[in-house]
Amino acid sequence: MLEWRRRREPSAVMLWLSPLIAVALTMLIGMIVFTAMGYDGFHAVRDIFLTPFLEPQRWPDLGVKAAPLVMIALGLAIGFRANVWNIGAEGQYIMGAIAGTGVALATHDMTGWWILPAMALAGVLGGMAWAAVPAFLRVRLQVSEILTSLMLTYVAVQALYYLVRGPWKDPDGFNFPQTRMFGADQTLPAMMEGSLVHLGIPVALLIAVVAWLLMEKTTAGYAVKVVGLAPAAARHGGFSADRVTWATLLASGGLAGLAGLFEAAGPFGQLTPQFPTGYGFTAIIVAFLGRLNPLGIVFGGVVLAATYVGGEIAQTTVRLPQAATGMFQALLLFVLLATDVLVKYRIGWKSRVAP
Amino acid sequence: MTSAILVSIFMTLVAASTPILLAALGELVTEKAGVLNLGVEGMMLCGAVAGFAVAFSTGSTTLGLVAAVVAGIATAMVFAVLTLSLTANQVATGLALTIFGIGASSLIGAGFVGRTITRLGPVFPAALSDHPLLRAVFGHDIVVYLSLALVLGVSLFLRKTRPGLILRAVGEHDASAHAIGYPVIAIRYAAIGFGGALAGLGGAYFSLALTPMWADRLTAGRGWIALALVVFAAWRPGRLLLGAYLFGAVMTLELQAKAAGVTWLAPELLAMAPYLATVAVLTMMSLGRRTGRLDAPACLGKPFSAS
Repeated sequence: MLEWRRRREPSAVMLWLSPLIAVALTMLIGMIVFTAMGYDGFHAVRDIFLTPFLEPQRWPDLGVKAAPLVMIALGLAIGFRANVWNIGAEGQYIMGAIAGTGVALATHDMTGWWILPAMALAGVLGGMAWAAVPAFLRVRLQVSEILTSLMLTYVAVQALYYLVRGPWKDPDGFNFPQTRMFGADQTLPAMMEGSLVHLGIPVALLIAVVAWLLMEKTTAGYAVKVVGLAPAAARHGGFSADRVTWATLLASGGLAGLAGLFEAAGPFGQLTPQFPTGYGFTAIIVAFLGRLNPLGIVFGGVVLAATYVGGEIAQTTVRLPQAATGMFQALLLFVLLATDVLVKYRIGWKSRVAP
Repeated sequence: MTSAILVSIFMTLVAASTPILLAALGELVTEKAGVLNLGVEGMMLCGAVAGFAVAFSTGSTTLGLVAAVVAGIATAMVFAVLTLSLTANQVATGLALTIFGIGASSLIGAGFVGRTITRLGPVFPAALSDHPLLRAVFGHDIVVYLSLALVLGVSLFLRKTRPGLILRAVGEHDASAHAIGYPVIAIRYAAIGFGGALAGLGGAYFSLALTPMWADRLTAGRGWIALALVVFAAWRPGRLLLGAYLFGAVMTLELQAKAAGVTWLAPELLAMAPYLATVAVLTMMSLGRRTGRLDAPACLGKPFSAS
């Protein structure tokens, strides 16, 4: 008989191997499920997980999709480490875009190098402001940040709809619910001629490295980990859980807001009702796939970016519905949590000898 | 005439409240057993799409409701296996369940977008259910009466029965319950399954009764509001009923304002109301309590292993 045996210590090897096992298992399960549903499961899985990597012309697209995911997930992961569950990143992302767009619309007939930095600052502050509400309520009144941050996401979506249909509607836009297009000084400069590759990609990588240094090499990072793992010990050691809650929520809100601004000033170039992209939720999967480790998150971001890019490929090649992308992403998170058992347990043969 | 309008508003209120009440009641039992399942929204969506798919294919809303309950239980069991048997983090797994429910319902529902079915009808004969005033009592569908019966049943079960006491003991002190010899894990499996069944049923109420038409993300965050309601109700079924109907009133107000052509307030701002109301209610709950904690079950969200 096979049996699970609890390991004395979590397995370091499995900690890093299990995400890879999870990706492989997701591909296998996906193949079976989509074949059972009447699609060409083998080709669907190949197109979603492998084709984006095998065709160099898709790489820029991978970067464009991965950048916001990595940026948002970095902030979330630091919070998750401290048991601060900000799951309203989507709302902070939208608010960041709204705040940055406010600057863009106010400066639409101006030029200057300072406009883009001002938009970015507004984006960060917009995201932070939206995260400050759950932070305040959690620290002062012990209201669950899970529920409040999520409720505020629905509010942010409605605020966006209100603005693009009402006060911010493009006066020359034939009544379409969208803002005017941003000007040259309000859009991120393309880093490669004729592609959507923008400044957000190197910025996301830079933030990942900074976050890694912060978490691994500084007292602040240590405080975050201790508060998450052993709140009592943290209190004893003089680390303030409240301060960690504030810091992690503001940091993740600010990063989500910056990601939102980069999307608005990059691929979108304006605000439209299609702006809520769901990156804020997908970033949760990225954070877990990356083991809440900043460098792992870069890997996680690229894998999830591939499911978006590959999902589009599979739509044309095997006529897989767009919704299949979401299904694959969710499946990945489930399988990942299941394979986590390998970190805590080992499989062994049950001994037949009576104790 | 005016009373007929009031009855009509009341009917809308009851219908809007019922799915939240069901999902919240299921979550209440789950949490009483010490398990925090954040996957309510996901289970509701799976129930909604399963109910619609079966009702559309068979032409029977009853079979649709059964399918929704089965789908709710099935998804809840995935959560149960991960958190109870594999001791995965409950918050992360609940989030996974919701993300999964959104993805799965969107994929399965893709073929049903825009299709319509016959709406779940009233239980009582037309003479009673169509009467302008008697409608208020006799005009509802089977799920509404079922939800009220379930509130009463759960309340009695938790307060008056021995199994109810054991379930609460498991949620308040799992180690002691285990030491006395109660099967903590098995009881939690059952509680999670019950939560899934009611979430699935609540989800199906959207697709079979409220809007007899499939649309992506039909539940629009109501599962999360159900989670907030459990906190508002301080884990008491009676207060849950009150909370769900209060909440239904907020949503009905939104609909009425739209129907009445209120122009000074943008429809988007009205649509924010339920979510802002939830944050406000959670905040007021916290202001009202003297100690730092609510009456949450002591073991809520904590993993348990017998060894």
